[in-house]
Order: sequence, then C-alpha cells, then structure tokens
Amino acid sequence: MIEIRFHGRGGQGAVTSVELLALAAINEGKFAQGFPSFGPERRGAPVLAFCRVDDRHIRLRCKISKPDVVVVLDPSLIRIQNPPADLKEGGIIVLNTPKTPAEVRREYGFKHTLALVDANKVAREVLGVPIVNTTMMGALIRATGVVKLESVEPPLKERFGPLAVKNFNALKAAFEQTVIEERRS
Amino acid sequence: MSSKPMDQVTWQEILLGAVLTEPGSAREYNTGDWRSQHPVWTKSRCIRCGVCWTVCPEGAISEEPGGYFDMNTYCKGCGICAKECVTGCISMVPEEE
Amino acid sequence: MAHRVGMEVSLAVSEAVQMARAEAIAAYPITPQTHIVEHLSSVVANGELEAEFVNVESEHSAISTCIGMSATGARTYTATSSQGLALMNEILFIASALRLPIVMTVANRALSGPLSIWNDHGDIMAARDIGWIQIFVENGQEAFDHSVMAFKIAENHEVLLPTIINLDGFILSHVVEAMEFPDQELVDKFLPPYHPRYCLDPAKPVTMGAFAMPEVYTEVKMAHQTALTNSYEHILKVWKEWGDLTGRHYQPVEKYKTEGAKTLLLTMGCLSEVAEVAVDEMREAGMDVGLLRLRMWRPFPFADLRNAVAGAKLLIVCDRALSLGGAAPPVLAEVRSALYAMRGRPQTASFVIGLGGRDVAPDAFKAIVAQAQEEAQQKPTQEYHIFGVRG
Repeated sequence: MIEIRFHGRGGQGAVTSVELLALAAINEGKFAQGFPSFGPERRGAPVLAFCRVDDRHIRLRCKISKPDVVVVLDPSLIRIQNPPADLKEGGIIVLNTPKTPAEVRREYGFKHTLALVDANKVAREVLGVPIVNTTMMGALIRATGVVKLESVEPPLKERFGPLAVKNFNALKAAFEQTVIEERRS
Repeated sequence: MSSKPMDQVTWQEILLGAVLTEPGSAREYNTGDWRSQHPVWTKSRCIRCGVCWTVCPEGAISEEPGGYFDMNTYCKGCGICAKECVTGCISMVPEEE
Repeated sequence: MAHRVGMEVSLAVSEAVQMARAEAIAAYPITPQTHIVEHLSSVVANGELEAEFVNVESEHSAISTCIGMSATGARTYTATSSQGLALMNEILFIASALRLPIVMTVANRALSGPLSIWNDHGDIMAARDIGWIQIFVENGQEAFDHSVMAFKIAENHEVLLPTIINLDGFILSHVVEAMEFPDQELVDKFLPPYHPRYCLDPAKPVTMGAFAMPEVYTEVKMAHQTALTNSYEHILKVWKEWGDLTGRHYQPVEKYKTEGAKTLLLTMGCLSEVAEVAVDEMREAGMDVGLLRLRMWRPFPFADLRNAVAGAKLLIVCDRALSLGGAAPPVLAEVRSALYAMRGRPQTASFVIGLGGRDVAPDAFKAIVAQAQEEAQQKPTQEYHIFGVRG
C-alpha cells in the first residue's frame, strides 16, 4: 500500500487531487481511498487530504500518520505544518517550488528524496491561473508512478468537463519538468 | 380491530400498525356517562326550529318523530343547547346520584 | 455484469436509492449526510429518477412528510445525521408504530454539545428504542448493498417496519473508494415494486394513527415488539438472497479470525475494518485475538452473539457512544444482558473510542487488548474506560 498526504490551503484543490488520484487508481483495477481531513473548510487555511492505493481492499479508516509521500502544494506550509515530520524512512517529498534541490535542502534541511517542480509557473502558463492541484499530480506521478499518466484523464474529464484538457496539459507539463533527487544519507 | 370490546382484544388481533378499517369506532365510547346534567325539553314551548340540534358540539341531539328534539347517549351535559334555545324551552337537570 | 468503480460513498448510497426506484423523498440537509440527498435531489430534478422530492424546513418535517408519503403506499426514503435525527425523535416512534416501511440513512455524527460535526454513534444510540430495524455498515460496498436490501426488508409483508442504515459520517460517507454496482436489471428482479397492506386511499378509507386507550395500548406495543423481533428471520432471508445474487453474504454478527481466540474484540460500524488490521497484526505476533463485528443492532441478535463468544475468555466491547451516568455504554449494556444467563460466558471489558471524530488507528485496538488482558487478571475497578482521554 502507498499512502500519500497532500498539504494545501483551503481552495487550492487538495481534496480534488486525492479524489482524482483514487479514481484513476480504481480505473486501473486497483483499490484506493481519497478523502479530506474532515471539517468545515475555510479558504486559505492549511488543509490535509489523503490518498491510499493498494492491490486489495483497504480497511483503514484513520488519517495517514506515516505517509510514503507528502505533496506540498504551497511552500509556505513547510514552516507551519512541517509536512515531512512523520514521513516514512525512504519517503518522498513532492514540493511546489522554483528552487533547486540543493537550495531546498539547504533551506529546510530535508534528507528525503525530493521531487520539485515550479507548479505556480506551469499553472500560470498552461491554465492561466496559479491553481496547482492538478499540476502537482503530474509531479507526484513522475516521482512515484502510483498511477499511469493516462489513467487520470477520464476522471479529469468527468470532473472538469471542457476545462479537463488544460488541466491534463498542465499535469503533463509538470510531469516533464519535475526534478528528482534521491535521498541523502 | 375486531368487533370485540376493546378490553378483550389480544395483541394478535391488532391489525397492522393498529390501523382501523371500519369507520365509526368512536360510537363505542359512551361519552354520556361522564355527564352531571342533561337537557330536558318542554314540548309545549318548543317551536321545532332545530337550533339545539345545530349547536350541539357532539351531535348528541337527534330529531324525533313529529319534528321535536331529544338527546342521545353521547350527551355530555355541556348545556350549550339550553343556552342557545330560542324560546328557552330547554332546562338542564342534574343527573340522579 | 457487475463492475467496480470509484465513487464517494455518499453518492453510492444515492445510487442505491435511485436503483431501488424510490418514489418519495423528503429530506433536510445536515452535515455529513448532505451529499446523499443533494445528489438525489439533482437526479430527481434531472428526470433520472421518477420520484417526488419534497424540500422541507426541518428534519421534523422531513420524517413527518415521509410518514404521509409512505402511508399513501409510495416507496419512501430520507437521510439525516446527529441533531437532525434528534429533531425527528418524536416522529420516529410514530413511523414504526404505523408500520410504514420508510428507509433512512443515518450518517452517524456526534450530538452537540459541544458542537461537533464529526463521527461517533451518539446520535443513533439516543434513538435506540424507536422501534425501527437498525443495521450498521463498514465500507462503501456494504453501504450500497444494505441501502438496496433495506427496502426489501422493510417492505416485506411479514415485517413492514422502517429501517435505518447506519453509516459512519465523514470517515465513511466522504471517502472515494472502489465499489461494485450491480445492473439495474438485477436490482429490479431482487426488489419488486412496493405493495402496501394498508394505505391511504379514498376508495377504501382507513384510519391510521388512532388514539389508544389504556385497555389496548399494551397490546399494540406487544404487536410492534413481536414484529420487530420476528423481522430477524426475514432480514436473514433477504441478505441470503442478495448474497446468492452478488456473492456478498452478510451475517448479524460477523466473525473475523475467531478460531481458537481466547480474547475477542467487538466493534460496530466502519472501525471494524480498522480493528481487523489490528487483529491481523496481533495474530502474526502469535496472540489468540479475534474480532466480532456487530452488524444487526435492532433486532438485537442475542443467539448469534452467544454462539459467537462461545469458548472466549475475554470479550472487549468497543462503544462509540456514552450512556452518561448510566451502567454501561450502549453496546456493552446490550451485550452484557445477552450474556448474563449464558453458562461459561466470557468476562467483559469495555472501552469507549472515537468520540466526536477522534481518529482511531489499528494501534488503538492493540493498546486496548493489552490493557484489557492485564486488567482481566485483577479485580475490575472501573465499569468502563474512555480510551485515550487525557488527564
């Protein structure tokens, strides 16, 4: 089982991301869960969203407290939430940042594998707005292979209708541009 | 509900959801046994207008042969008929102990 | 052919109600149930479901309207949570006393106060004695299956009782997960149209909800109690029929790895699956621990429970509600009553977990088992524990 935790802000679409990921995984014949950190949503407030993917029925009904991957939609959350604090040994940090791996490691002291993409730039260029949830899914897929890129297209279409094409293009662009650097020992 | 007196009906005889399929079950309640007084008509002064029959809240006044009126067993003795009688021919008489 | 698709569990419940061809729905939105009726309202508005959807101003009106609609002979559905269920309370007793086969989903949520929108079983435990059939589900698939089956159970002429499907709010209702949906044809074959035994019909008038004098109230309640108790065998028949059609079989008390288990956990609702994970880990560590998952809450499956605990030394009951100032939390109270006259009954231990949305991970069940096993050696000092409470 792979457990992924999204860190975002209310309105950035973290919940949509985990739902789309779960739907993509289920369409591939896997089992998956996608769910929000339940509660009254407030635009701009830090939020969590969770995704589990496995080859068998998933029985856990708790939050993800030892994730394999954290996806950070907004780098300002690093200081507030410290997303990798409980990341598994060998886990991956997928981060929206214009910085290089060396700069990120220097600034935050991260030891884990990094997958970095300037999602704000990609989203602005492809979508025309800096909404990074679907863009960051591209980086996550590049870093983990948790689902195939093309599996995300049908649920994107279902959710976004005519806007799905742009979102899928942003996702693909982020997939291409993501920089991965293995963990430091 | 069966036609048995209510206090003899068994739980097996209760219809689904205690539904009543026959109308008029309230006829079984002899409300008249509560009363402490009842109306008595003085026929010589009765003009057979039917105001008493109209105002009775319980439908406890029936028309008799000849167009006069009298109470039935559901009269609770409220006295409205006596109060409203046009000629004052109805008087309320206490129930005998 | 059945096919597996991903969907939010709330929407799967509305899908079930749509496939069951509900004819009348009255509901008021309340978190975390809202997605269910919101979706139903849209499928009715789009003409995808031929039903009357009545928007009402409160849950009291929702259930009252359902009573009226069900009394006309329509297949009737509603859903609620927490304060909504509490507001329905006086009318819930009337729905069952009138023997109207309304189906209701309760997305279980803590009762205020303090105000909480999160999950526990406090809402349904406060409505325990309303005279409805009450079933608990553990995952999205079960939520779908039991929502369809509930209509068939409720409308059976030997049953004719309203039925609640309890579904944990948020931690189940708001999760997107994989489920198998049968074809409409299968559901139609399984669930024929509802034919009431008595209904409001001007051509054949009846009186519903008549006043009962002291001479007859007791007899009416005895008839109601007997119908609810006897619904047990009909529920099992419906579950078996569905199991034969879909391969998914259900039992009043489900056993998980209970063979040779000296210690048994007992849970209800979707934390049962979390407990299964804990049992797997404890079994791997060589501990003889098993799990009982209580699915049928009303009528209470006394004989199944007694059979399921036979041979166990310690039964740990996990409640998700309190009975403030009472002898025991609600599930424990029932279980102890069921076991009281049993020869060689297991010792019971009691833990209240997951109140008001408190997260429960498999480790919690392992800690509970460790604490209960240790205390079982000593003289009990407390009727029950509130697990994880600080202080």
